[in-house]
Amino acid sequence: MPDFILDVQGLETTFRTPDGVVHAVNGVSFGLAEGETLGVVGESGCGKSVTMLSILGLIPSPPGNVKAGKAIFSKQDLLKISKEELRHIRGAQISMIFQDPMTSLNPVLTIGRQLTEPLELHLGMTKEQARTRAAELLQMVGIPNGKDRLGDYPHQFSGGMRQRVMIAMALSCSPQILIADEPTTALDVTIQAQIMDLVKRLRDELGMAIIWITHDLGVVAGLAQRVLVMYGGYIIEEASVRELYANPEHPYTISLLGSLPRVDEIEHTKLLSIEGLPPVLYQKPEACPFAPRCKWAMEHCWKENPPLLVVGPDHTSACWVDTRTGRHR
Amino acid sequence: MSTNNDALLYVEDLFVHFPIYRGFIRRQVGAVHAVDGISFDVKRGETLGLVGESGSGKSTTGRAILQLRRPTSGSVHFDGTDLVALKGEQLRHMRRKMQMIFQDPYASLNPRMTVGEIVGEPLMVHNVTKTKEIEERVKHLLELVKLEPAFISRYPHEFSGGQRQRVGVARALALQPSFIICDEPISALDVSIQAQVVNLLEELQGQFNLTYLFIAHDLSMVRHISDRVAVMYLGAIMELANRDEIYLRPLHPYTQALLSAVPIPDPIADSKRKRVILQGDIPSPVNPPSGCRFRTRCPIAQDVCAESRPEFREIKPGHFVACFFAEKFL
Repeated sequence: MPDFILDVQGLETTFRTPDGVVHAVNGVSFGLAEGETLGVVGESGCGKSVTMLSILGLIPSPPGNVKAGKAIFSKQDLLKISKEELRHIRGAQISMIFQDPMTSLNPVLTIGRQLTEPLELHLGMTKEQARTRAAELLQMVGIPNGKDRLGDYPHQFSGGMRQRVMIAMALSCSPQILIADEPTTALDVTIQAQIMDLVKRLRDELGMAIIWITHDLGVVAGLAQRVLVMYGGYIIEEASVRELYANPEHPYTISLLGSLPRVDEIEHTKLLSIEGLPPVLYQKPEACPFAPRCKWAMEHCWKENPPLLVVGPDHTSACWVDTRTGRHR
Repeated sequence: MSTNNDALLYVEDLFVHFPIYRGFIRRQVGAVHAVDGISFDVKRGETLGLVGESGSGKSTTGRAILQLRRPTSGSVHFDGTDLVALKGEQLRHMRRKMQMIFQDPYASLNPRMTVGEIVGEPLMVHNVTKTKEIEERVKHLLELVKLEPAFISRYPHEFSGGQRQRVGVARALALQPSFIICDEPISALDVSIQAQVVNLLEELQGQFNLTYLFIAHDLSMVRHISDRVAVMYLGAIMELANRDEIYLRPLHPYTQALLSAVPIPDPIADSKRKRVILQGDIPSPVNPPSGCRFRTRCPIAQDVCAESRPEFREIKPGHFVACFFAEKFL
């Protein structure tokens, strides 16, 4: 087993809602190696964002409740340490960027102020030092005349530029881990290409590990080394990026890949559609959460939720069925 | 571009400008050039994909065709009639034949109306079905879009996004139109639900010989569903051709860059591709660049591109492009 800089074990998070307790994350375990890019893929409500927010202590409680699990980062359990200690890690050693840069930037503060704050707080820089560093950071993420733009407010930037500001802010304290939650979903495709290009360049220069959360299997293919697929609050498949796309094992992953049209599609084939809807889990399921939508489902699937089973080298899948033969594993 | 008989819709020199007013006496100080002189046709029974990034004017084009937003100038010929010249009852009459499916299935259905009322409303408004037959007809429409006829008395909030979008499709089909504008019909839906709706649209097209204008920013989905594709940028059509021509032999540098930016869900194919990464953002449509509007981000722009606007010309049969240097890529 490689040395993980972040090691998450058995994470469980629930939310209390008027309709009952929703089990958003149901025992998620994964590791992140140094300098690795890990893609986390799933549809809305699969628990991918909640997993990351739980690790960083960003789940509001109530209604949220991180019920169980460990998240070991530099020998400490992030779920156990005090809020104060966590605050020193968040934004400094682990930082996060979000989908919508407009709502995650403060509209009434200049971006200069927002960029210098973590530098002064975490790195103890003086105002002067922080401003100089902030200008450098803007330069680094490809915003020309960084120094002149420190006095501008978020609304004076375009969507792509705002996401660059967010990235600059996230990288300001040279974190070991960057968690990116659908950072390009709100952007146009040519701007998305710019941002992904930037992230790849910065990753190679700075050597940080990245967790990239997305619903877009295309984005992950070009970026990640390893991929987790999530469904109904569970990790249902994990593999290296090449292995996952070449030999998807879990019926959900197979169906998801088949439901995507490709820009390099030559022949017109009918898209594979997955009937039904993703589940909202008011109870921790006894059965496989994907069984109601699964073409391969067999009796066992309705009786016991499969754990992650080893199906190949560095490849696990939570399914009782061998999709190649259609028989029980 | 010449009109021909198999064109159901023919748009010529369409301009839509949104005036900008300033000051105490609300003087007009400028205009947003949302659609700036576009011409194209849509043939009977085909799907024309209209792609572009946000702000390219693709949705405004759709609305201007249906006269939901009156064009500043230009003409929209539908089945031989110029819609721009029509008013009142005549226009309402024509609208029966053209319908729209909207992007946001949460905003486009009235939350206080039942599904039956929503789908039945066009039938009442246009007075095409006897009141007592409406319910039968609505149930039939729900079946067509694969919803339970029993859903007729339910409200939109009881449905998922994909189901709501089906209600939107049923409403669009109610008057048996020949032409439907699909304005980003799937971009608000989850990946596994998108395929359901797209497959439904394709089935219905075959069943009723529908003609679609499919507006989207998802180039993969447009390739999947379209027969021909038009690429818009900042209010103008940059390139229009058969689907395979556009995707395999794009001649406009913008189309080339756009296609290379789309991620492919296949790490091996993705790593082999040549990427063209455009610099900068889309300029403001209030003040579009002189000459070719793509020149500020174009990798092959020359002086001439700033001086005059390249003609939208047919470079080979059926393949139109607005670029001075498109021959380079032939």
